[in-house]
Amino acid sequence: MIAFVRNVRLWFAPEDVREEGSTPDYRFSLANERTFLAWVRTALALIGGGFAVDQFLPDLRWAWRVGLALALLGAGALCSLRAVNHWMRCERAMRRGEDLPVSRFPALLSVVVAVVAVAMVVVVLVGWEG
Amino acid sequence: MSSAAAHERDPGLQPERTRLAWRRTTLASTVAAVLAAKTALHGDVSAAGIVACALCCSLWLGFLLVAHRRIRTLASAAVPPALAPRHATAAIVCTVAMAVCGVALVL
Repeated sequence: MIAFVRNVRLWFAPEDVREEGSTPDYRFSLANERTFLAWVRTALALIGGGFAVDQFLPDLRWAWRVGLALALLGAGALCSLRAVNHWMRCERAMRRGEDLPVSRFPALLSVVVAVVAVAMVVVVLVGWEG
Repeated sequence: MSSAAAHERDPGLQPERTRLAWRRTTLASTVAAVLAAKTALHGDVSAAGIVACALCCSLWLGFLLVAHRRIRTLASAAVPPALAPRHATAAIVCTVAMAVCGVALVL
């Protein structure tokens, strides 16, 4: 948690990052940036999915519709915050010549997406409310 | 300078790939903003809906601006500098703020 707060401070203070270690090959930095952008796209897709659920599933009961939309929007916000945090950690690790940080987040997101997909298959096969 | 840059050109086309990644992300942001506008202006249009729509559009513009500046930086130098944390944070602030707008619209 304290490490996270320190990272948040670094998001707004780029000079502090520059002072650490040595500048890595620019291609590694660009690869890290593309990974960051891929995560931002995932976050935007989740946010767009939240809006889409709210707009294009009017037959769903209110609680389900709003709950699903809020869950998707929340997952999108979480995903984007995690994207910038992980990008910063990778950038610092590369400057210091350390191993890249490992993360449980991709596995977590995969499991959540898989569970939602299986639930939707069951819902479609059984039929919504019979 | 330009001949040196051409000589030093990365055969893996890393700056170009990064530029296209920014373009893709801008496109995803556009889709999210359009869906947000549809949600905000759906049914009976209220003042709050118009405010939320304007906010989402300005967030989209903010993201576009960050992407545009980054793409120009990538194109200008033979060895492009790394992404500044301030710009990454700006892009994320736009994304999270759009999610917050979405929560306000859905509820």
